[in-house]
Amino acid sequence: MKTQIKTNLSRRNFLKTSVLASGGMLIGFNFLQACKPEAKMPVDIASLNFNDFNAFIKISDEGYVTIYSPNPEIGQGVKTSMPMIIAEELDVEWNKVNVAQGALDTKNFTRQVAGGSQSIRQGWDALRQTGATAKQMLINAAAVKWNVDASTCTASKGTITNANGDTLSYGDVVKEAAVLEVPENVTLKETTEYTIIGKDAVNVDIDKIITGKPLFGLDYKAENMLIASVLRPPSFGQKLESFDDSKAKEVSGVVNVLKFGDKVAVLANSTWAAMKGKKAITAKWSDNKPESTKNHNKILTDILDGKKFNTRREDGDVNKAFSEADKVIERTYHSPFLPHNCLEPMNFYANVTADKVHLVGPIQTPQWTVNRVAQLLERKVEEIHCEMTRMGGGFGRRLYGDFALEAAEISSLASTPIKVVFSREDDMTAGTYRPAIKYRIKAALKEGKVTGYHLKEAAINGNMYGLIPNFFPAGCIPNYKVDTGNYKSNITTGAWRAPYTNFLAFAEQSFFNEIANELGKDHTNLVLELLQNVKGTTDKRIEYSGQRMEDTIKLVKEKANWGKKEEGVYQGFAAYYSHNTHVAEVAEVVLKDGYPVVQKVTAAVDCGIVVNPTGAVNQVQGGVIDGIGHAMYGDFSFKDGKPEFQNFDKYRLIRMQETPQVDVHFVQNDKSPTGLGEPGLPPAGGAVANAIHNALGQRLYSQPFVNQLKKSNVLG
Amino acid sequence: MPNYTLHINGKERSVTADADTPLLWVLRDELDMVGTKFGCGIAQCGACTVHIDGVATRSCQMQVSILDDVKITTIEGLSEDGKHPVQEAWKEIDVPQCGYCQAGQIMTASAFLAENKNPSSEEIREAMHGNICRCASYNRIEKAVKVAAEKMS
Repeated sequence: MKTQIKTNLSRRNFLKTSVLASGGMLIGFNFLQACKPEAKMPVDIASLNFNDFNAFIKISDEGYVTIYSPNPEIGQGVKTSMPMIIAEELDVEWNKVNVAQGALDTKNFTRQVAGGSQSIRQGWDALRQTGATAKQMLINAAAVKWNVDASTCTASKGTITNANGDTLSYGDVVKEAAVLEVPENVTLKETTEYTIIGKDAVNVDIDKIITGKPLFGLDYKAENMLIASVLRPPSFGQKLESFDDSKAKEVSGVVNVLKFGDKVAVLANSTWAAMKGKKAITAKWSDNKPESTKNHNKILTDILDGKKFNTRREDGDVNKAFSEADKVIERTYHSPFLPHNCLEPMNFYANVTADKVHLVGPIQTPQWTVNRVAQLLERKVEEIHCEMTRMGGGFGRRLYGDFALEAAEISSLASTPIKVVFSREDDMTAGTYRPAIKYRIKAALKEGKVTGYHLKEAAINGNMYGLIPNFFPAGCIPNYKVDTGNYKSNITTGAWRAPYTNFLAFAEQSFFNEIANELGKDHTNLVLELLQNVKGTTDKRIEYSGQRMEDTIKLVKEKANWGKKEEGVYQGFAAYYSHNTHVAEVAEVVLKDGYPVVQKVTAAVDCGIVVNPTGAVNQVQGGVIDGIGHAMYGDFSFKDGKPEFQNFDKYRLIRMQETPQVDVHFVQNDKSPTGLGEPGLPPAGGAVANAIHNALGQRLYSQPFVNQLKKSNVLG
Repeated sequence: MPNYTLHINGKERSVTADADTPLLWVLRDELDMVGTKFGCGIAQCGACTVHIDGVATRSCQMQVSILDDVKITTIEGLSEDGKHPVQEAWKEIDVPQCGYCQAGQIMTASAFLAENKNPSSEEIREAMHGNICRCASYNRIEKAVKVAAEKMS
């Protein structure tokens, strides 16, 4: 049976077509407006033109298809997977599809963001409808040519066939199709009919990546462009009192030094000269409130010990549950700040002129950036044009456009095109960090069951758990409470890959492992038992699915051979729902010379339909290894307000020899796809911590694990 | 500023730069060869790896003034058509996520495989340990090096 779908494309004029002067057909649609049925028209329908769209499909009269992928690519694979969805419904061969990155159109209410693993989830319906609508228009055009009813024609792999067996290629009818009415009803494929979705498609930029072609922001060049290296306050919140740039100006290649705010920019005609020039500046900074990791630790502990909290969810009566319990367990978990450390340091190009502002660079939030630049320079949004480059990693850092604002301000002051380039030290010390956090979790156990659960969070700046109190175990435990408290710091903090859950999942799943041991139950069985309580819940706030989590856990147990008896191999389990995707992982630890080494991780994932399996596996493997790396080694501290880590000599990122093999399995179902950039990460730390406990009998309560293991003399 | 002649990818290239300028920035800024990436500037991440007389070397640490009689190969010159066995293996295994570190990974892998035609997993993991992939595509890097070794044997 086919699914007849009434699209919201033509009704709201989200899709328009035109004949191209060069031959062929152009289909424009407003990607994110189309995703939201309740969305209002951006502008008066009559005045719509192609500037109102941020995504395009071009079909040439030879039948070649170019898809302008609307969302920023940070390595999460959407530049490949989103066009795959369009191509599937358009029904063209994938090898005839070329993919290009769309530019941001600032004239209207476009919204392009890479963040929260939402691109595929939000785009699924819109992209399929767009492809199917274009296909129907091509069929309609062929039917007119043949003078037959369109319903007697079919289309497949770029060719339309009628009842007599006559064929026309898409290229043959693009001119006619482009001037037809946009159909209101289209037929979407059944999942069993897919020929592109579910098949491996190699990264569309692969040839450029492996031959070193310019792709990234740092590779972008423009005529007369200068490089700007920026001296920023060494301690967060400090003010610039005075500076001496005489030595900087002596560096050959340096052409200008200028102050903006509490920063100094050195402009030079090469990156090396700009960086040398910056180092040659001597500056005097104001005294500052001396923030340090030591006092942060005390502050966070005081918050947990105190009474000032925001209650985010409360079911039943936790205090009653604790007073009636057979046993109460309470544990405290700690994680440090974390920098993002995108391998491509922050950078942005700006050319501010009297009539327009041209911005180019790697950014996850182009629209936000354009609006902020407009405010900063007191310019109209319409005068600002922002182009996105491929990004050398994002992990949340490129959501924040501070570097683009710097570029715009410097270009404006210097009246010249410039590119701000961060050194690694700039990137690590002028970050927007994952906040330092402490969790205190308390559980009531009675007659073999978990009867109460109280989680308190203390965080520097942003509260993470505050936004997600309806994840597991909400709905599974009758008496349940989530409280959050925070401390305002000058240190800039923000989203870091899998925000809210990247550390919480470790704390929670380590805690449940302790509860399971206390109750004499297998950890997986305890979680499966708890999940029965949330199945069929009428509580609409609950965000995860008991059934889907159960299926995911059962799959990982089977694939990892959970509970196997293998000499010297220690397993640990964790399951976590985040970003609309359910994930369960089993880590295997062995001891080498007494050191715990993670040798393998088995991951089971329910992300609905897997659009591009090769990309999906890559995302999950990367997420798991990233999660392990930061749980094991990720350390970042402050002293006198300054970061104590500046580069990769001291800051430890996971490397090849510490990397386990990650075996990825997907739950097979027909549900709408959800994102994968983040959900593989959160369970990894917990699975490893639980495996290390099985191996060494050592509980881990603090990240990075290596520091705690060193303190407890497990590691020398 | 002094003038230097460098032998890059089989061609002689003349550049004007300060003596202490790292090869990385000469390539990127003066010669418009941006395939060699900047990651850390202190030889810790491997993004800037090139071959100097066939040896994988961090270009961020090589001053332009000492390179007059060596042969330099960059990612742009590893093969004429992008079909070096390591590049082909990278494509076959679909290694990259963001892709930023991969030129450096490929340069390290290709220099390693030129010396070791039949490496074990342990040898591959050791050889690639100096190159950071922030997206952690390490499983695929390891697999692609194995596939490349098979192609070259």
